[in-house]
Order: sequence, then C-alpha cells, then structure tokens
Amino acid sequence: MSDAITLTIDEVEVTGRKGQTILQAADDAGLYIPRLCWVKKLKPGATCRLCTVMVNNRPVAACTQPITEGMIVLHDTEPLNRYRRNLIDMMFVEGNHMCPVCEKSGNCELQALAYRFGITAPQYPYLFPRRPVDASHPDVFLDQNRCIQCGRCVRASQELDGKSVFQFFGRGAQKKLGVNAEARLADTNLNLTDEALNSCPVGALLRKRVGYAIPVGRRLYDLQPIGSEIEAKARRAANRK
Amino acid sequence: MDKPKVATASLAGCFGCHMSLLDIDDRILKLIQLVDFDKSPVDDIKKFTDRCAVGLIEGGCANEENVKVLQDFRRHCDLLIAIGECAIMGGLPAMRNGIPVQECLAEAYQKGPTVHNPSQQIPNDPELPLILDRVYPAHEVVKIDYQLPGCPPPADTLWEALVALLNGKPLHLPYELIKYD
Repeated sequence: MSDAITLTIDEVEVTGRKGQTILQAADDAGLYIPRLCWVKKLKPGATCRLCTVMVNNRPVAACTQPITEGMIVLHDTEPLNRYRRNLIDMMFVEGNHMCPVCEKSGNCELQALAYRFGITAPQYPYLFPRRPVDASHPDVFLDQNRCIQCGRCVRASQELDGKSVFQFFGRGAQKKLGVNAEARLADTNLNLTDEALNSCPVGALLRKRVGYAIPVGRRLYDLQPIGSEIEAKARRAANRK
Repeated sequence: MDKPKVATASLAGCFGCHMSLLDIDDRILKLIQLVDFDKSPVDDIKKFTDRCAVGLIEGGCANEENVKVLQDFRRHCDLLIAIGECAIMGGLPAMRNGIPVQECLAEAYQKGPTVHNPSQQIPNDPELPLILDRVYPAHEVVKIDYQLPGCPPPADTLWEALVALLNGKPLHLPYELIKYD
C-alpha cells in the first residue's frame, strides 16, 4: 500500500488512501463528522460547513480537504461542536421547519442532526419567512419553506440525471432555489425516477402520495442517532482486535 | 412542608401536550404525592390561588387572551416551561405567520372553498379575543426557563423533566426523548 496516508483525528491514528478527503478517511475509520450537503455519490459542495474541522489552527471543510501525511485534525471539540450547533440552529430559524406536519420527519437529516446535538429548541429568533410551495408537478412537491440550500438536488440533477432541473439564483440572504422553467416544477423535465428526488436531506423535495408510510418508532432516526452506522464500523473493528 | 404547586395552560395548542401529561399513566398518582395542581385544566381551577413552583405552557400566543394568560403565568410561577412545538416555535398555528391576518380571515370566513357565509361577516364580537398579527412562540412574549420539544413531548419526557426539577437535579434526556414530532 504505497498510497497509504497516516493522519491523526482527535488523537486517533487513522490510515487513509491518497486522494481521500478528511471526511472519507474519517468515515472509513468509523469517526462520524456531521455533514448535510455531502453525499457519497456526488461531488462535494462544501456549502453547509457542518463538517468544518481544524487543521493547523485553521477551519477547513472536511468534505473537500484532501488528507496529507502526518496531518493533525481536530474534530470533536467543544468550540467546533458549538459552531455546528449554531449552524443547525440557524437553518431551523431561517426557514419554516414545521416538523409535526412534515412527511420527512423521522427521516430528516437536519432534524436528526439537531437530535444528535441534543437541541431542545433553537437559540435564535424565528424569521418566519414567506416562501412558496410548488405542487404543480403531478408526482413531486417542492416546498421552499423547508429548503436549506444544501445544493444536493442541484448537483444530483446535473451529475447523476444529466439534467439541470434545479439551480440557485440570487446571492446572500436573497439566495433561492429555482427550477429550470418559466416558473413551475411541472414545466421542467423532472421525472419520478430522477436521483435528484432522493437527494434532499429535508422535506423540501418530496414524492407525492407516499408520506407517512413508515410508522413512528421505525423511521431512520427514531432510535439511533444519525452517524451511528459509521460509528458502528469503529466498534466492529475494536471488537475484532 | 407544603407540596410545591404546578400550574398548566393550553394557549394556541390542541391539548395534545396535556393528553401526553395524562399519558404518564399510574405515575400520576406519584405526581400528586409530589405536587399540588393549581390553575390548570386538569383540576379546572380557573385562577391562581398561590405562587407556583412550575408552570407548564402548551401552545404559542395567537390572540390577546393567550398573551394575558402567559403573562399571568410568568407572574405566578418560579419556573416556566414551554412544552411542545407550538409553545416553542408556534407550531401548526404559526403556519399563518407571513400571511397577513386579513388574508387569513378572508380565507376562513369569506373565500374558502367550503365557506357558507352569506353575510360575508368576519366574527368581531367584543367578547372574542383579538387575533394577533402572527403567532408568537412563548419565549417571544415572556421569559421561558426550559423548553421540552415534541408534538406532543413524550409522557416520559414530561415525567423525567418534572421529577428532575422538583428534586433539584439536572435533567438529562436520553436520545429517544428529544423529538420534534
């Protein structure tokens, strides 16, 4: 293994491969770094900043930063977890996240991260923005109230579906998710089989007529925190030793 | 020593959180050994009779009466706990936030597809509490000491929180008891 690279994450020695990012190496080692805009099948977007770790006293996005020999990474520290918590809080207050009436509840990655961080309520004032719901498509809802602008649907549509159904427009606080049509999702070439539909971490992009199929108690994050499947790898490895 | 007193109220809520409190089942017998209920729908006491150790607030503030009740609770309770999503962030009633009140009232009483209201009058009896411009989470109206999420919060969450508070112990809720739905 000539391309093996050894680095340290929170005083744990981790061996990764050349070309991996910090996040990939950590995943393989069973260390879960929180993330929202990153998914395995897509190029990293590095927009959510939840995976921020410290390298050489500088904050870097673990999903884009390649690993180097001898790198020392700080990840599970009090200040970083405070930043992450603040980011999650901000995402909750800047949209309208009505968990009790959201079909994604229990399978939502934003909600699951808040659970993982033990957040009982956000610490910032709610903005209650007025945002539209686009139910024009026969098979899909687009609820902008829940969009956290992670860009996963934008990238999935381009990279996996070979389309360009979604795109951001505007900047800063005015940034919005738009569809590639005059106005409505129905006028795009989005299909029910598109990977973009599976990419949304929250309930902004949902298939119609399949909500609440899984009963409470059996949903993805009802009993196990998000990231448990990654951390289980470390436990299995420890058991083998 | 007198038992500490607990008061509860449902503002712009659905009473689901109160149902969840009743869901502690036979532990309610232990609870009434620990506390006395003051103003609460549980015992139907309408006015505060004494200072309370804990006030449980279900629901946010959708009208002026909700605000008055909440302020009354703040005056009479040492600790005020917002229970449930409506008290914490407005919940379902807050789905009207961002929509002008006039539009909401017109939809409800004049233009809605199932409305039958030949006079087109919007209820305005002086007895009716005035509706607010939007729904306010409890902490935007008075100081709130703790927030217990859930829709409703599980009975175990309410039980654990009350027992910890009344015994002066820190509250550590396990993963499965912090839920937003």
